Amino acid sequence: MTVNPASTDVPVATDLQDERLIRTEGFRGAVKVGINRVRGGDLGVLPIVVGLLIIWTIFQLLNPFFLSSANLVNLLLESAAVGVISLGIVCVLLVGEIDLSVGSVSGLSAAIVGVTFVKQGWPIALAILAAIAVAAVIGLIYSFVYNKFGVPSFVITLAGLLGFLGLQLWVLGVEGTINLPFDAFLVWFGQQAFVPAWLSYVLAALGVAGFFLSQLSLSRQRVKAGLSGRPMGLVIGQTVILAVVLFFSFWYLNRARGVGWMFVFFAVLVLIMHYAFTRTRWGRSVYAVGGNREAARRAGIGVTGIYTSIFVLCSSFAAIGGILAAGRLAAAAQSSGTGDVNLNAIAAAVIGGTSLFGGRGSAFSALLGILVIQSITSGLTLLNLESSFRYMITGLVLLLAVILDAVSRKSRTSHGRA
Amino acid sequence: MSTLPAERLESSAPVLSMRGVSKHFGAVAALTDIELDVHAGEVVALVGDNGAGKSTLVKILSGVHPQDAGTVTFDGKDVTIHSPVDAINLGIATVFQDLALCDNLTVVDNLFLGRELAPWRLNEVEMEVQSWKLLRQLSAKIPSVRIAVASLSGGQRQTVAIARSLLGSPKLIILDEPTAALGVEQTAEVLNLVERLRENGLAVIMISHNMQDVQAVSDRVAVLRLGRNNGTFRMKDVSTDDLIAAITGATDNVVTQRAAQTGAAGAGGKPGVPPEAPAEDRQPAAGTDEGSEQ
Repeated sequence: MTVNPASTDVPVATDLQDERLIRTEGFRGAVKVGINRVRGGDLGVLPIVVGLLIIWTIFQLLNPFFLSSANLVNLLLESAAVGVISLGIVCVLLVGEIDLSVGSVSGLSAAIVGVTFVKQGWPIALAILAAIAVAAVIGLIYSFVYNKFGVPSFVITLAGLLGFLGLQLWVLGVEGTINLPFDAFLVWFGQQAFVPAWLSYVLAALGVAGFFLSQLSLSRQRVKAGLSGRPMGLVIGQTVILAVVLFFSFWYLNRARGVGWMFVFFAVLVLIMHYAFTRTRWGRSVYAVGGNREAARRAGIGVTGIYTSIFVLCSSFAAIGGILAAGRLAAAAQSSGTGDVNLNAIAAAVIGGTSLFGGRGSAFSALLGILVIQSITSGLTLLNLESSFRYMITGLVLLLAVILDAVSRKSRTSHGRA
Repeated sequence: MSTLPAERLESSAPVLSMRGVSKHFGAVAALTDIELDVHAGEVVALVGDNGAGKSTLVKILSGVHPQDAGTVTFDGKDVTIHSPVDAINLGIATVFQDLALCDNLTVVDNLFLGRELAPWRLNEVEMEVQSWKLLRQLSAKIPSVRIAVASLSGGQRQTVAIARSLLGSPKLIILDEPTAALGVEQTAEVLNLVERLRENGLAVIMISHNMQDVQAVSDRVAVLRLGRNNGTFRMKDVSTDDLIAAITGATDNVVTQRAAQTGAAGAGGKPGVPPEAPAEDRQPAAGTDEGSEQ
């Protein structure tokens, strides 16, 4: 600033006055900040995007059908159910806890919907609400045990994993499988409901416009308050990238059946949670509890309340995911929610960049992570490989993601970004 | 450190006044009949050995646990402080020793933690503006308020912790060991900050084991010993020797002997080192009160 002759007549924004601050103005400055961030271990979404590109390239080379519209439409539909469960995992990971029972809870919810809707003849909405309510109660029980007795969530939910799997089998009864009628709303939603092409473009346009306007108004507010605004070039650049990605994806998917409503539903949930995490006091408190529980308590945050809300949310998302999976499968079975559902949901959250150590991550990691997992699953299925390989490869990817998490955490500490 | 407003204090009513405050834990009397006055624009250092009751006193004031007997008068009214929220509402802010900041959050996030503006649609712009205003007011050297607290130095972190306590516009600030574990420069930074708090007319209670820091910023020193008042001194007419004597309860000990030997006012004596030959030379002069063995 000492060599800046302009500083005499142009008022410097309040947040840029310190002379030690490396000036990063305009578009190029923003790019430079981005590079420094990655070097400092604040990787953001970069590893996932790179990983996804590598995975897609490999599978496309092995099987040209992989990146076809039809396969990608399926891929998105398949990812919605576990993605919603993974969103719940992101919640618990943010406060530095874990829920290992999401698979069982999702299976239990599917069973409850199956029994109440098919056997008892309840309206579908009521059956779904009942299943979610049961899951919410499960979350309440977890949080009660956690807050009251201080048992690690790892152990509580491990007990839940077993207990609620048992409950799921008991609810399903001797038959073990309840088929949902094909004319049911849930099955239609899971298998047949696609966004019309024109509507998908309208949605994309709304999304792009919403992003641009919110960035613009934020920048205006900051400048008005005497702070530095966001460089216009950067805002426009980001908007253009978003527009290209959205419109191209929709166009490409619309060549086949289009975007499933189930995936849109999942994406909307992600956006809602993103808003809750970043723009509400509750979200800020979640990050604070995950970062330093004692500090959060002394700041007057109701820590037990935060834990309760998180466990209830996680179980509820697990239930919603289980119900979506039941709709997709058109059945509630003994195998619902078992197998790799649990680990896929956790792996997706971690691969997506949510730290296992708490206080770091975002709602989008559920979306990006499940795309990686589902791409691997879909690619290996196309290659006619058995599930044994799928498990091994998914396990390897999870291990890589966790190593990346730990390494970038170390790097953040040494670069002062912990 | 240009002004010493200690002179004008006696006339005004104290912001905080404790009378006959006692607290016991089971059979142990942690505090007995404590009296303490703190005026606006005054820095009172609270000193004492380990177990003297400093922390208990702070906990009573910050609402961690209430006193068993005695009265606390704050701002002219008798008050009982049942919880941390009570203390904050009264205008008593405590900066605990282990800072209690969230490393993963930015400076702004930490400053406004638990009292964010507009809980359902956070007003980031306004919070950032207020953060800058507050930090400028304290002449704090924080390069950016949008960086994680983890990347700040110890002194800067302490500054953020103190700034956070100021957000609720308190009348009394309690600093628990604000310079412990800080380097030379960071210590100076924090002491400057304490100075600025006084200039802004706040009452400050500072707990410290470091006599140099105490002498640098405080107007008065209240000494606790074994849960009782052991004298209150005006900083300008007390020597380090007197203070140490009041803290340890002995006028003749290794520290004072060493200080007398070297003739310096430093308090750098090592308790582990036994008095050496010259100390015995002075033995007759020390008279009949026999504190040390041999």
